[in-house]
Amino acid sequence: MTTRTTASFEIKYHQYLDADGKATQELPAFAKDMDKMRSLYRDMALLRAFDAKAYALQRTGKMGTFPASLGQEAIGIGYGDAMTEKDVLVPYYRSTGALLKHGVSMKEILLYWGGNEDGSDYAVAKEDFPICVPIANQIIHCAGVAKAMQMRGEKRAAATEIGEGGTSEGDFYEGINVAGIWNLGCVFMVNNNQWAISVPTEIQTACETYAQKAIAAGIEGVQVDGNDIIAVKQMAEYAFEKARNGGGPTLIEAITYRLCDHTTADDASRYDDPAVKEEAWKNEPMVRLRKYLEANNAWTDADEDSMKAEIAAEVDAAVKEYEAHPKPGAELMFDHLYAELPEMTKPQREAALALQAKGAK
Amino acid sequence: MAAITLIEAVNAALAYELEHDQDVVLFGEDVGKNGGVFRATDGLQKKYGEDRVIDSPLAESMIAGLAVGMAAQGLKPVAEMQFMGFIFPAVDQIFGQAARMRHRTRGRLTMPMVIRAPFGGGIHAPEHHSESTEALFAHIPGLKVVIPSNPSRAYGLMLAAIRDPDPVIFLEPKRVYRIVKHEVEDNGEEYPLEACFVDREGSDITLISWGAMMHETNIAAEKLAAEGIDAEVIDVATVSPIDMDTILESVRKTGRVCIVQEAPKSGAVGSEIAAEIAEHAIMSLLAPIGRVSGYDTVMPYYKLEKQYMPTVDRILDEARKIMEYK
Ligand SMILES: Cc1ncc(C[n+]2csc(CCOP(=O)(O)OP(=O)(O)O)c2C)c(N)n1
Ligand SMILES: [Mg+2]
Repeated sequence: MTTRTTASFEIKYHQYLDADGKATQELPAFAKDMDKMRSLYRDMALLRAFDAKAYALQRTGKMGTFPASLGQEAIGIGYGDAMTEKDVLVPYYRSTGALLKHGVSMKEILLYWGGNEDGSDYAVAKEDFPICVPIANQIIHCAGVAKAMQMRGEKRAAATEIGEGGTSEGDFYEGINVAGIWNLGCVFMVNNNQWAISVPTEIQTACETYAQKAIAAGIEGVQVDGNDIIAVKQMAEYAFEKARNGGGPTLIEAITYRLCDHTTADDASRYDDPAVKEEAWKNEPMVRLRKYLEANNAWTDADEDSMKAEIAAEVDAAVKEYEAHPKPGAELMFDHLYAELPEMTKPQREAALALQAKGAK
Repeated sequence: MAAITLIEAVNAALAYELEHDQDVVLFGEDVGKNGGVFRATDGLQKKYGEDRVIDSPLAESMIAGLAVGMAAQGLKPVAEMQFMGFIFPAVDQIFGQAARMRHRTRGRLTMPMVIRAPFGGGIHAPEHHSESTEALFAHIPGLKVVIPSNPSRAYGLMLAAIRDPDPVIFLEPKRVYRIVKHEVEDNGEEYPLEACFVDREGSDITLISWGAMMHETNIAAEKLAAEGIDAEVIDVATVSPIDMDTILESVRKTGRVCIVQEAPKSGAVGSEIAAEIAEHAIMSLLAPIGRVSGYDTVMPYYKLEKQYMPTVDRILDEARKIMEYK
């Protein structure tokens, strides 16, 4: 039987800095700007310090469940840095880095995980979505946002993020599919941190990459070293530029390792191999960037110390604001349910307020 | 056997059926090596193997649809939804397929499957982890919806759910997963589905509830007893189809009814019970039916969840009001 090949594909892997902070190829221009690289290093350090503080708050009963980004900081900070304020972010629960970069405050993020809807009433990032917990819903929202931008002829992009496990959901395929058909200005970030809670990536897909899932949707799919912030930012910048200018969607698989538990409610020691984790620590994103900065005479121990002190003060100030934020009253269970509360529900609001008043005495 | 918690009882019942029925297969997100995020399936993969206790990919529609395919082949799948708030991608498969396969094929293909899901509030969980949406499932003909309230019922009802020839949605009230321990004999004896349990006999008022709220309802009954009010307490347990005989018999005796549910008030299981009582026993009522429920709003994030959920005091207030009615 004779056949001809009607389609074939390849997936490109991008890396600029290896685990030792050494350049593996000619670096993009921004990577030679040491002020820029110092500020990205600081962003990652802030995220790491914020996570540690959030963990401590949860452990002491001052906050609810929290998903950290340990080891994955280069992803959110990298693509977050490629966004402009006009772009729209549709985050998932582990998008803390991108949220912070896009103007959502530490206080707002703490409020959200502290069980208060006020945390999703963003003061700055007015068009950004609240954190998406039901996995993969956000992929289609991102397509919807980008469609609106396209209909209005705007040069803006919509970005979203999902875990590698989440790419098994129907919503993931449905979202990238429509983005492909309509050539939408979407940036789909896949945080491949090797785990979906306890489920390793081998159980999640028979594909050799997550990037190739994009191929079936007719969109560009690439892999980056998710621990190399230069690679993440460079690829994200390309994808955002393309999205803003009618070039259509891109899916970026960022390969990393979840060095933390899934959330504060998880215990990764039940399933993660300590030897593998120890190896993964050698690849984490901050050490290599620091080595790179040091090699370029752009970072010293004194810089590290003063940065850490500054960051600690910033995080502490955010925690103080969070703790000072008023506890929500019972009326907030009702006041934003509809534009107007139905007549049928009004007595329930009154009853809840009466109970609250009774409790306060 | 030692005293065990509700979640240990779920585990024991699953183990019993895995041991005694080769057709039983468990799957879902994190149910294998990790033993489930609440540990409901702890140790089962180790004991029964990766073929029968399967860590599935992350996709709820797939999980439910696999159960449909397996059940049609005569297996008895027990699928886990990690939280009830994430069951929605699977609703298409559950409502549109599992619930009606027997009917569509004139009984040729049947669905002896169970979908388990922890549900309900009160554990400071993040968004989408605390809702009580049992009424959505109770509304669908062809499904049975079972909610155990304590360890022995969890054990007996889980066995019955797995052995039942039709699809059962088995909702586990996670707030009471570990709150009490019961001596449960691991003897494979099931409890009947479609049967209420009478937790306490009384002659003045009938308190009706299910799931985690049985805890508050039983405490309220004790407090009422101290006030000289003799409450009968009914655990509905199977919220669809409902054993109305037990409920109506009690209502005819007491003439007064208070229904307690954690779910929003409207269009709910409590509404259906109230309607049934109105249809069949209205002449026995000495007072209007009372309801204590969650509010008709989105389950709030945890800072407000205590104010959302019915409390013992709210049950007492309503019960007293019903008792005072002349
Ligand atoms: C629809 C849905 N199903 C299940 C869950 C429960 N859950 C939360 S996180 C998670 C694993 C996600 O893994 P992955 O997509 O790889 O993202 P990661 O958490 O590793 O960043 C699961 C199963 C959920 N939030 N939403
Ligand atoms: Mg993951």
